[in-house]
Amino acid sequence: MIPLSHVLMLSGILFSLSVAGIFINRKNVLLLLMCIELMLLSVNFNFIAFSQHLGDLGGQVFVFFILTVAAAESAIGLAILVVLFRQRRSINVEDLDAMRG
Amino acid sequence: MIVQILFYIFAAILVVAALGVITARNPVHCALFLVFAFLNSAVIWLLLEAEFLAITLIVVYVGAVMVLWLFVVMMMDVDVEKLRQGFTRYAPLGGLIALIVMAQIGIVVWVRGLGLEETPLPVPMPAGQSNTAELGQLLYTQFLYPFEVAAVILLVAIVAAITLTMRKRPGQKLQDVSKQVAVRARDRVRIVKMDAEGKQ
Repeated sequence: MIPLSHVLMLSGILFSLSVAGIFINRKNVLLLLMCIELMLLSVNFNFIAFSQHLGDLGGQVFVFFILTVAAAESAIGLAILVVLFRQRRSINVEDLDAMRG
Repeated sequence: MIVQILFYIFAAILVVAALGVITARNPVHCALFLVFAFLNSAVIWLLLEAEFLAITLIVVYVGAVMVLWLFVVMMMDVDVEKLRQGFTRYAPLGGLIALIVMAQIGIVVWVRGLGLEETPLPVPMPAGQSNTAELGQLLYTQFLYPFEVAAVILLVAIVAAITLTMRKRPGQKLQDVSKQVAVRARDRVRIVKMDAEGKQ
């Protein structure tokens, strides 16, 4: 069977890669959202690994809810992105300064 | 042993796919790399004995959410080169932050240990055990209210996404339901009293 620390390290690597992705692609809203999806995925790894090691299915139920919320988040995020693109013809973060004081 | 080898193989592919997501030039390629990452994680979840969630990840994420992503990515013609400006400038900072985060997690997992070495490796589930049935039993008893809330969240997301993206174009033909309901018979049909006419 797979040792717990290896799964935790894998999820840590995934998480830090997606943090790096948010820094690297800071201009592209589409890629920022994709990096957030990757982050949620890496958190799910922790839940599933602990659920297996502690023999408690509650962790898998949490992953279920995280998947639900992530799907809702990406649907609303993409809808906002579509509206934004219709209005500005761009998805550059630097163009989104309408609410600047 | 074979489970462990498979885990390392798919973990390596997963990390490569994640690297592809954050570095690919074309957003479509990024989305496809993300699909690849989801597929690999589904395999790893299978190895971790979370069968139902692995299938859910493929059906819901790869099958539905990522298709939505691809639709949106392909619908917008984004100026990729402009969005890539500053990529090399921010890459060292991003790499540094990633290293710091990874080092912190590594310290917590490996050095501090959390007593992980003492935790015994889990025993494989017996062959006849159904992960789906157990999860369903938990979901419909102990987690019933969160489950209903999750359903409401999905409904709200559907309504929000539709209302956000719906727009009124000129020349669009729409029903006005309140007008349809408010109409009376005498507005539409006029009954005229007249004498019967003879046969000609």
